[in-house]
Amino acid sequence: MEHYTMNLTLKVWKQKNKDVRGSFETYRVKDISSEMSFLEMFDVLNEQLVHEGKEPIAFDHDCREGICGMCSMYINGRPHGPWHGTTTCQLHMRAFKDGDTIVVEPWRANSFAVIKDLIVDRGAFDRIIQAGGFISVNTGNAQDGNNIPIEKEKADQAFAAAACIGCGACVAACKNSSAMLFVSAKVSHLALLPQGAPEKRTRVLNMIAQMDKEGFGACTNTGACEAVCPKEISLENIARLNKEYLGAAATIDK
Amino acid sequence: MLDSKIPPGKLEDKWNDYKGHVKLVNPANKRKLEVIIVGTGLAGASAAAALGELGYRVKAYCFQDSPRRAHSIAAQGGINAAKNYQNDGDSVFRLFYDTIKGGDYRARESNVHRLAEVSVNIIDQCVAQGVPFAREYGGLLNNRSFGGTQVKRTFYAAGQTGQQLLIGAYQALERQVALGNVTMYSRHEMLDIVKIDGKARGIICRNLVTGELERHFGHAVLLCSGGYGNVFYLSTNAMGSNVTAAWKAHKQGAYFGNPCFTQIHPTCIPVTGDHQSKLTLMSESLRNDGRIWVPKKKDDPRKANDIPEDERDYYLERRYPAFGNLVPRDVASRAAKERCDAGYGVGTTKQAVYLDFKYNLINKYGKTEAGKQGIENPDQETLIRLGKEVVKEEYGNLFDMYEKITGENPYEVPMRIYPAVHYTMGGLWVDYELMTSVTGLYALGECNFSDHGANRLGASALMQGLADGYFVIPYTLGNYLADEIGTKPIPTTHEAFVEAEKAVADRINKLMNIKGKQSVESLHKRLGKIMWEKCGMARNAQGLKEAIDEIRALKKEFWSDVRIPGEINEMNPELDKANRVADFIELGELMCIDALNRAESCGGHFREESQTEDGEALRHDDQFMYVSAWEYKGDSDWQLNKEELNYEVIKPTQRNYK
Repeated sequence: MEHYTMNLTLKVWKQKNKDVRGSFETYRVKDISSEMSFLEMFDVLNEQLVHEGKEPIAFDHDCREGICGMCSMYINGRPHGPWHGTTTCQLHMRAFKDGDTIVVEPWRANSFAVIKDLIVDRGAFDRIIQAGGFISVNTGNAQDGNNIPIEKEKADQAFAAAACIGCGACVAACKNSSAMLFVSAKVSHLALLPQGAPEKRTRVLNMIAQMDKEGFGACTNTGACEAVCPKEISLENIARLNKEYLGAAATIDK
Repeated sequence: MLDSKIPPGKLEDKWNDYKGHVKLVNPANKRKLEVIIVGTGLAGASAAAALGELGYRVKAYCFQDSPRRAHSIAAQGGINAAKNYQNDGDSVFRLFYDTIKGGDYRARESNVHRLAEVSVNIIDQCVAQGVPFAREYGGLLNNRSFGGTQVKRTFYAAGQTGQQLLIGAYQALERQVALGNVTMYSRHEMLDIVKIDGKARGIICRNLVTGELERHFGHAVLLCSGGYGNVFYLSTNAMGSNVTAAWKAHKQGAYFGNPCFTQIHPTCIPVTGDHQSKLTLMSESLRNDGRIWVPKKKDDPRKANDIPEDERDYYLERRYPAFGNLVPRDVASRAAKERCDAGYGVGTTKQAVYLDFKYNLINKYGKTEAGKQGIENPDQETLIRLGKEVVKEEYGNLFDMYEKITGENPYEVPMRIYPAVHYTMGGLWVDYELMTSVTGLYALGECNFSDHGANRLGASALMQGLADGYFVIPYTLGNYLADEIGTKPIPTTHEAFVEAEKAVADRINKLMNIKGKQSVESLHKRLGKIMWEKCGMARNAQGLKEAIDEIRALKKEFWSDVRIPGEINEMNPELDKANRVADFIELGELMCIDALNRAESCGGHFREESQTEDGEALRHDDQFMYVSAWEYKGDSDWQLNKEELNYEVIKPTQRNYK
């Protein structure tokens, strides 16, 4: 792999807190290595800002290996930037070239208030899980793991849905700010498994009700969510959710 | 003085007997008892869920925006359990034995045996929660093998096992939040323990969104705050992983056990330059299917694929024929360092070795698949294609991650890997009940020292975190709280809370008012460099003494020249970092002191002065068969307390993986 360095112009959203209006600020960074990750480029910029006596840019990040779901930058009009199936932290500077201007914004959605700069509040996702994204089993009364054989294909599908990292890119990409891909991934994960069956009807109804309550928009099946999902969660999950929802709504005792 | 409270009786009966006689708290009283849990990784989330289910009033804290982000999520390869589903000779005893041996005989027998006992319950619990473990075509659970063992006992979910287990625990935790048994405080960082009459009774924490300090009361406090690998700056830990909670507890009287025991993981993506912010692990499970080698010729300029088979040195298979590529992590790391130091390293920096999958793509997976599909006499290309499909299912996310980071396709060329700091076996000293030396203060998971001795076996961290949270603390905490049912919640206007908050506020003010010239990050990098060079994979007395002086000087520099922009009463990530780095500096000094004191090699702690003729770690059981439990006495001042380790069942020997 050829390595190279680049000079870049960055237009980054700055916002002091949730109560004030934000705006774009322009920064320049020099000699950025193509081997750096996108967030390491931000580290360089922040180091530069600290030395200049300015306030660095606040952004969410933690594991930096694409699994914790904390990083959340909207880069050049796309959640997590230009690479398919990649979180911001795994995006590397090879994706850019010398002289590029890069625009970086926080997730934009009414249900995700900006806390500071590029950091948003995704507490709504936790509350949706609280509404039913679990299997009600207390610790200590489980039967032997191998007493529940699960068809490999079903187990694999459940795993693929459970790979969701809860980053919120799906919401940020959606013109309606819908959280359907996130919710459907959890509903599918649990509905596909026999352990999840006893609660499958109440789960889907309660999670959807909470999603609506949080102010997420409706799903119009444009597929923007699937296109940007760093874990490539499939739109099929939304179809499965709709089926589960209809089935539950038609049969539940009120 | 150090009472580890190990129950009497035969090793295999201790835990059962303990559970049978432990004090209980009735359900009505549990409702009146408040429990603080700091950290929501596998240990914290599972403890919060389990204690919430029992009816305690739990308050849980994490510095991330959601408990689901805790760094347990990044664990890749798997979780061990003595299920013996493979009929390959596994048992509770063997898991116990492997763990003690893997830890180079520096762990407590009773704790490790308990861990092995409850390992089987963990898998059952996780399956019941809907954790999608890998399965065979018959629908039953699948296993893979890990280092330091000769059985297949590792349960997994592709390369995302930690994520799936954590989400299981997180969901159980959120269920308790919904039921009102757990109150969750995210974006909160614990900055001190509050003690009243010698007992832990609460915490001071900072709301990381508003910058305000808060006081919280609990009848007991559980620290589940993970390890301190980030003292090295570069490690596989998350950027936010820190020692602060454990360090504050240490300064309040909790002894720190074996701080120098650090795990350097053999298979990580090598460092590329000074900009590097963290290192990325490539799961140990890859050593199942990858073969590690370097060229036989020094400074070989050829590309990996151009080097013929007979000019490759599969040095682990050569040195350790019995375990081959599956030797424990400390052994594999040192062997990689030895080859690179001798001039056989590969890649631009020469600080890397190859991890090659081609052999198994063809021979193991390709041939099996061809057989299944009835393809006779398949050519090499077909075998590779078929093999790739299987490998993709097993490790796809890891291969993708490697390619994103390095720009190279590991299906085509071997991975380049090098050891990196990964896990810390040391941590707060705890007794059998997981209580620290401060009454009412507990430590669970990686933040305690207890189960892994001087080296942890792969796939055992997840096991320990969940064992402590789901199956140990629900019993042992009750044994303490049974005597606390008469204690009314103490108002946080109590003077102990006022004083503790003031001390925290004073320190933050002091930090903010230094207004020096150097960034927190640059000082942290320098600390990491000292630690890696002098207290890393190989240590010696002279280097450690130098390191101690250098760290003391760095500490002075930090407290006189650090620059923290922004304000106190707002979200301020630089201030958060400064708080953590200040603690890492103090910890670094203690780690070097501990490493200097332990003039033997054991597990991950390799003292150059103490090695066998063929370069293996040489223990000195006559002098060092103890846990170092350091007591904080004041600035740069510690007293060593020893917990002697008594092996009643296992006879310690020189570890042999040949």
